[in-house]
Amino acid sequence: MTLLLVLPLVIPLFTAVVCVACWGRRGVQRVASVAGAGALLASAVALLNAVDRGGVLAMQVGGWPAPFGVTLVADLLSAVMVVVTGAMGLAGAVYSLGGIDARRETTGYHVLFHALLAGVSGAFLTGDVFNLFVWYEVMLMASFVLMALGGERAQLEGAIKYVTLNLIASTLFLTAVGILYAVAGTLNMADLAVRFNGSTTAAASGVRLAVAMLFLVAFGIKAAVFPLFGWLPASYHTPPVAVTVILSALLTKVGVYSLLRLFTLVFAAQAEAVRPLLLVLAGLTMVTGVLGAVAQYDVRRLLSFHIVSQIGYLLMGLALGTPLAVAAAMFFMVHVIFAKSALFMVSGAAHRVLGVYDLRASGGLYRTQPLLAALFLLPALALAGFPPLSGFYAKLGLVRAGLEAGSYGLVTTALGVSVLTTFSMMKIWAEAYWKPQPAPEGVSMHAHTPFDGLPTNHHRLEAGATGGTGFQPVGFVGPTHPAPRRVPCLRVSGSS
Amino acid sequence: MNLLWTVVIGVLFATGLYMVLRRSVVKIIIGIGVLGHAANLLIFTAAGVTREVPPLIASEATALTPPYADPVPQALVLTAIVIGFGITAFALVLFKRAYQEVGVDDVDQLRATDA
Repeated sequence: MTLLLVLPLVIPLFTAVVCVACWGRRGVQRVASVAGAGALLASAVALLNAVDRGGVLAMQVGGWPAPFGVTLVADLLSAVMVVVTGAMGLAGAVYSLGGIDARRETTGYHVLFHALLAGVSGAFLTGDVFNLFVWYEVMLMASFVLMALGGERAQLEGAIKYVTLNLIASTLFLTAVGILYAVAGTLNMADLAVRFNGSTTAAASGVRLAVAMLFLVAFGIKAAVFPLFGWLPASYHTPPVAVTVILSALLTKVGVYSLLRLFTLVFAAQAEAVRPLLLVLAGLTMVTGVLGAVAQYDVRRLLSFHIVSQIGYLLMGLALGTPLAVAAAMFFMVHVIFAKSALFMVSGAAHRVLGVYDLRASGGLYRTQPLLAALFLLPALALAGFPPLSGFYAKLGLVRAGLEAGSYGLVTTALGVSVLTTFSMMKIWAEAYWKPQPAPEGVSMHAHTPFDGLPTNHHRLEAGATGGTGFQPVGFVGPTHPAPRRVPCLRVSGSS
Repeated sequence: MNLLWTVVIGVLFATGLYMVLRRSVVKIIIGIGVLGHAANLLIFTAAGVTREVPPLIASEATALTPPYADPVPQALVLTAIVIGFGITAFALVLFKRAYQEVGVDDVDQLRATDA
């Protein structure tokens, strides 16, 4: 039974090692990557099945008994999140086959991808706070390199912001772990819960509140909560869409998962004290995220801001803190991972057809690619919360919990943000799918957005060529990018 | 002794934070490094610095008798130092590549992604 707890960690690590061993052999790495992700999903489903039937699974690594060694533990939340990780890993691995160029693939893309999955699975399965820090670092290291892999100017600039803010968050995390150990004398989450909720002296509760706030700030940066989300929209749109898919699916959600885990288990008493703060943060995260999204025209940046906005809903569940609210937040987390990743994947496919990410230069997809339009509309409506789709039930649960708790202001905010989300999704629909594709002048207008990499330029030429419009002005190109270097990035032409 | 360490940790955190807030990318790296040292020293100190009492169980006893130096913070700090080393090495390479690509050592000039 305990083997099931280790498999979701061992399989991605093993896949990464296989990919390192076949460094230059692209074909082998592609097969290994998809097979490894499939095996991860299978092991995760087996784990979920075992947890669902037999209750919480725990394992003491190396045979050291509980508070002394590292504990791996899977309850239903962990198991569900590992299944989601496996599903997104498989989807992302398959998507990468077409979405990642040969140069990135032969410089370690698949290795990093699976190292990232290992880090995420580890973070979901560990029962030890310091071990959580270690898995975070595994995950972050892989994501740092994935973000910068390819070395385009926009990627490097995005990576600097991403790396700097996440390193500060890691330092705060480590500081909090140090103080937590000094206060409690243990780092095992279950042991911490027993010790913290057993005795409450006034002196100890002050220090505990300070530690809880340190964790809140550290995980708040990683989860992109309101004042601390600046790194996300500055960096998530810079790497290829396949990378953005996996980063947006998993990274911020690990931050939210950690908040949920610590604030419902270890800091249950402190959560009461910080509840008003969490409620305000949840509302502000939703509002600023969606307002940022409404102002955007680059579809990847628009969706990146929506990640921030959706984090607000997850935080709302934690802030309300009732069983219904927390359950709704967990359901919301699964829903938003799938919906947001699907939207990013569709935006990548639309980019192949159109050659641009800028909505003003897009258009006509509904007529030329009806299937793609349907694939966009489903997750878009789900994200906005339309009735038969997953987002409706997630938001219904949160709203109901909010009404029961009497947080009418936050409920109003959440519903208002839903309207703005719908508006923002309909903006993508109207611009990229409904209206006819603009004339070439509209396309060259895209040169205003300076962050755009070379594949886009090539696609633009390609789109221009297939549209019979001939050569068009090329947007910003970093001076050190010789054009031929990027040619291998190329995939299917506009007519696919 | 603990008072001295507390002051040192405070000064390190303040220095690190100040450096991280600078505009120069190189100074940000130095700041992150200093912050890491501050956190490590904090873990080491917060759990209590006990000198000359290694955590060894005497041959006739079955459990440790306090006072003894807690080995856990030392293990934590060791792990954190290794992770911090790896991350600093990566950050240096990343910042060097970015400097080669962008040509400036000033975060205010890194606006290509904020359009």
